[in-house]
Order: sequence, then structure tokens, then C-alpha cells
Amino acid sequence: MQRNPQLNDKGALTHLLSIEGLPREILLQILDTAESFAGVTEREVKKVPLLRGKSVFNLFFEASTRTRTTFEIAAKRLSADVINLNIALSSQTKGESLLDTVANLSAMQADIFVVRHAASGAPFLIARHVKPHEHVVNAGDGRHAHPTQGLLDLFTIRHYKKDFTRLTVAVVGDVLHSRVARSLIHGLTTLGVPEVRVIAPQTLLPAGVEALGVKVFHDMRRGLRDCDVVVMLRLQSERMKGALLPSEQEYFKHYGLNLDKLALAKPDAIVMHPGPMNRGVEIDSSVADGPHSVILPQVTFGIAVRMAVMSIVAGN
Amino acid sequence: MKLHIKNGRVVDPASAKDGVGDLFISDGKISSESGKADRVIDAKGLVVAPGLIDVCARLREPGFEYKARLESEMEAAVAGGVTSLACPPDTDPPLDEPGLVDMLRRRAKALERARVYPMGALTVKLKGERLTEMAELAQAGCVAFSQANIPLADTQVLWRALQYASTFGLATWLRAEDPWLARGGVAHDGEIATRLGLPGIPAFAETVALGGMLELVRATRARLHVCRLSTAGAVEMMRAAKKEGLPVTCDVSVHHLHLCDMDLGYFDANCRLEPPLRGQRDRDALARALADGTIDVVCSDHTPVDDDAKHLPFAEAEPGATALELLLPLTLKWAEAQKLPLAKALARVTCDAARVLGVKGGTLASGVPADIVVFDPGAAQRITPQALRSQGRNTPFIGHELAGRVRYTIVEGKVVHEA
Repeated sequence: MQRNPQLNDKGALTHLLSIEGLPREILLQILDTAESFAGVTEREVKKVPLLRGKSVFNLFFEASTRTRTTFEIAAKRLSADVINLNIALSSQTKGESLLDTVANLSAMQADIFVVRHAASGAPFLIARHVKPHEHVVNAGDGRHAHPTQGLLDLFTIRHYKKDFTRLTVAVVGDVLHSRVARSLIHGLTTLGVPEVRVIAPQTLLPAGVEALGVKVFHDMRRGLRDCDVVVMLRLQSERMKGALLPSEQEYFKHYGLNLDKLALAKPDAIVMHPGPMNRGVEIDSSVADGPHSVILPQVTFGIAVRMAVMSIVAGN
Repeated sequence: MKLHIKNGRVVDPASAKDGVGDLFISDGKISSESGKADRVIDAKGLVVAPGLIDVCARLREPGFEYKARLESEMEAAVAGGVTSLACPPDTDPPLDEPGLVDMLRRRAKALERARVYPMGALTVKLKGERLTEMAELAQAGCVAFSQANIPLADTQVLWRALQYASTFGLATWLRAEDPWLARGGVAHDGEIATRLGLPGIPAFAETVALGGMLELVRATRARLHVCRLSTAGAVEMMRAAKKEGLPVTCDVSVHHLHLCDMDLGYFDANCRLEPPLRGQRDRDALARALADGTIDVVCSDHTPVDDDAKHLPFAEAEPGATALELLLPLTLKWAEAQKLPLAKALARVTCDAARVLGVKGGTLASGVPADIVVFDPGAAQRITPQALRSQGRNTPFIGHELAGRVRYTIVEGKVVHEA
């Protein structure tokens, strides 16, 4: 078996590609570092000089607003130079290969590549071919992983719930296509959450999902009972085109989160969503905008978490 | 030209013979007479066996010369001890016209390396709509008819194709994969694909398709060869079909015999294969079924792919691996794991392969064309891209150390490779 490609020979994080396979200590190091940056974002001068003189290339082969923007803000707050490339609209359409694109940017003296790609595993391929001083941060690859989203979810949960080892967490919705769900589940099980549930119809669960260490529920009402944390996943409208789901209406009726269903969770439960939300499909506005929702704080924490990740990999 | 191979361990799987002795070759044929030879090969400590017959090796001509050329692949074949190979029709254009088949055979023959047995396309352009002129193609040299990896979704066409081929006594070679269940998938649908976020191909994509094929064989009594089994379920279905007396045979690739989905590791594109690598249980069932004869033959499923088509994210990488030069060592490795006698193991790449293809060869009987491999069963070699003759350098076995080194390959009495 190959060595974990995210770690250098000293076992330190040099790329962030996936939460799976990362030791608990590294996850906690990232969360603790993010904690220290959370203060920076509230200061009047929101900058630290940790990445001064370094170049961060935002390489988005797939469209994104929120993730790309928060990475950009995070890099700027670390005093790095940020270059945004929307590859979906440029060289790839001219037939340039993924590795050629990366080699060309590398020739422009990159230090960190933040990569989003529609194919699972693309950041692993890039990490295998970059120079030793270059670092790759996965900003979402196919259905595989979205580690910084998983980490900001963990940060949010720790912020509101303190202790991971007493929690019941439910992840609700399209787990089959969700890189967010995979990353979060690995993070939760690594940090000792005793019960992680997934709630979805059978058509939206991948084969052998139990092997990730989760309990499967098809009935949302049963699955939400006594949960501390409810994570809603985005349901894309194209899922309605195939044989996975009949309609958004039927989905919302059975798997959409409204106040009525949320009442089954613990009274102090928090509700999370990676965004962008489809109101009236997976979540009702009364919940999204209600007192249990921590959806906007998630976005704010995302900046500190991405600062932490970039400063840690750049230092290793 | 007379050749004398002396003191070798002569293994003839067809007659289950295995013992130290001499082999004489005269006028391109195996001879029972000794007498003065023009050349003597000392085979002390080496195995002398019929040359390997590979029932599936892609030569990539015509159409994909940037991935491989006949020159490179024929060289790879004899370097691997393969003296005969069948090539599937998925070239560009596909082998659906006698002229193309004729050209390919001429080009191959002129190189004086291994024998090439083309498989004709079962349907025009492999589109699964219209039948090809199978009788004409057979006359041009096609030994069987196949869709390669391109699914034949229309069961009406499948039914008629089996009937028509059978009318002329021709066998149909098909892979069992339901195109709808497999749609969009790139890896075995299971825990590993779930972890890696790769779209899955369920095991029942194979058994659902195989069930339909066997039912059509039951109705038509047409001769069917099922290519590249990958699941334990399909193995059980083939076992039952053979017991029932249906005219069916099947094969497995060396990759599926030794690897499973765990070998994908961190998205190793060399493990992007068709069919996908399955679970451990499937792999073990395939290895046992090849030993007990439920699976008739093991093949290389040799598919040279250029580096550019492999240096891509897993799902976007082109399926296939180079394997002609690994067929012998990987067959030996399987035999060792299954504790099989050498003669029985080699049968799966010699006389059994000749039987399912319906061609001569695969034996050391007196009077047959002298296609022979002489190899050192103990000599290990590390598999590196540089050491491969094939233009395809991508295989999941890079870095592995495998025993079984080919020393001489002889085709029709002529030494075509020595190392």
C-alpha cells in the first residue's frame, strides 16, 4: 500500500486531500489553529503575515461561489497573493490536460493550489505531480471529498456542542452524490462521535454505506429522534431526471426538514447545511431562518478553517 | 532447419506429461525422430512447454497506432512466450469487413512473430444493430465473433446474432454486462467505490446480463463463450450452465485473478479496467473456478493505453492495462497459490485456450507445428515500464516481482525470441 499521499515523511500534513485517513491529532490541530484565527477575522485589521510572498492559485474546474470566495478571503487574510482561475471557461475547453494546466501554473511560481474538480480523485493526481514545495488543498472532488467543508462543519459542531464524544449526529439527504457527507462522516467517526446516522431513501445511499461507520434510517422521523446535530444535504434538481426520485414535492414531504420534524430532535439541536440551500426542497424556511439554524455561522467559520489549513500545509 | 532442445523439463498439458527429456523440431514441426540438429538449446533447469495462446490481446491496429503498433505488440507477445493470440474487433474501424481482417493478418504474418487470430465484429461497427457478414469474415480468417467491450443492448439482435453465427458453426464471444445497470459506473459498486466517491457498477450488472444470455443459449443451442468473468455470482451460473450441458465456455483476465477493488488504493488509474476489479470474495471465487475448470481459460486482456489517457482522474482515465508479457508469470503465481501441478496450470493458457478458440496447437504432440516456450520458472523479474516491450506501459503490477522468465520463444520451429 502506498503511503498516505497527504502526509510527508515526518507524518505532517503537506496536502489536504481527504479527511479519511488523517489522524485525530491533525484534525484537532486544524480546529485549534482555526480557533486562533477566528479572532483575527473580528479585528479591525483582519490580516496576519503568515503567507506573505506566497501565491495561492484557486483552480476551479467546476463552478463555485461560496467555497472559492472563502478560500480567497482566507488567503488574503494570511497576506498571500491570490490568483483565481475559472478553468471551466478557459484552457480545458481548448483541450489542455489537467496536468499540463498545473505544470504551467507551477512554472508561474505557485505555492498552494486550491483545487475543485468534477472527477473524484483529481486532487490526488495533481498532488502526485507537483513539486515538493507546492501544496494541494482539495476544495471538492466529484463525490469523493470536500475536506475543508467537513472541517468547518466539525468546527461549528465543536463551537456549539463542545464535546464530540456525547453526540448523536444525523446527516440527511443525498449521501450518494455528496462529498460533503463523506468528509463529515470520516471526521465525526475519527473524533469519537458515538452515533452518526444517515437518513435517506435507499436510492440516495451508496452501496455499503454502513462500512463508513454510520447507522442507516429511511424514516426521517425515527432518524431525527434525540439528535444533537442535524446536517441537511443539498438536493440537486437533476436528481429528479433519472430514476432516483419522482419529485421535489414527494422528497420534501418525506425528507425535508420542517419545524414539525425538527421537534423530534433534542430541544437544543443545531441545524447545519453546506449551502447553497434549496428552500422548500430539503429545508423549510422556518427552519433555515429559525433559532436552531447555524447555517450562516458555518460560512464565517469556513474562513478561519481555510486559513488554518493553508497555514499548516504551507508550514510543512 | 533442425532444432534440438535438450535436458529440459518437458511439460505437455494436453497429455499431462511432465518430465525431463529432449524435444526435436524438424521442418517447423515437432518430431519424434532425433538426429543431427542445426542448433542445440540446452534447457537444463528450464521448462519446455507449448507456446502460450492468449484468447484476448489488443494490438490496437488499425486506428490506435499512437497507443500501440503491431511491431511493438507482436514483439511483446513473443517476449512473453505467447505464440498465438486472438485479437478482439474493437479497432478503428472495427473488424467488420473481410478486407480489414485480411490486411491485419497479412501485416501480422509479415512480422514473423506470433500467430494472430482475429475476432470479427458481431454487428456492423459494433453498434449492436445489424449483423456482419460472418460467413465472409470467417473465410477471411475470423475465428469467432464478438462485441469486445461494447454492449449489445438489443436482445432481439443478440438472439438473432447467436442463431446466425450458430448456423455457420461459429462461436459468439460476449462480455456479460447490462448496459443500463453499468451506466456511468467506473468501479465495483461496494465499500471501496463508496469511500472513493466513484460511481459504481453493481455485481448484478454481470449476472443479470449473463442470465439473459444463458437463456438464449438454452433456446438456440448456439455456442457461446463468456468473456472476462468478474463476479462470484457469474461463476456459479457458469458452473450450473455447464452441468446442464449448455454449449458454453468462459475466461477470466489475469488482473481479476489477482487483484480486487482494494487495489485501487488512492485512485490508481492503472486499476481502471473493464470489467471493474471486484471484491476479494469475487477474486477468490474466480481463482478457484479457474483451478476446477469452471472457467476454461485465463487471458491477458492486453490493452495498451498511452500515458496521456492514463494520467487523468480515475473515472476519466481510459480502461485497460498492458499484460501480454505478464500472462505467463501471473499464471504461474496463480498456480502456486492454488497448489496446482504445472501441467494443469499451463493447460489454461495452452490446450484449453486452443479448444475454446477452435484452433490447432497448444500441445507438444508429434507432427504439430512447433510453437514452444522455454522458460525459467524460478527466475524473478521486477516489472518496470522500461522493461516492457509493449508500447503500453501501464499495469497495476508495476513494481511487483514476479517469477517466470521466458528464455526462448519458438514459432513454427523458428526461434523468434531469446533472452
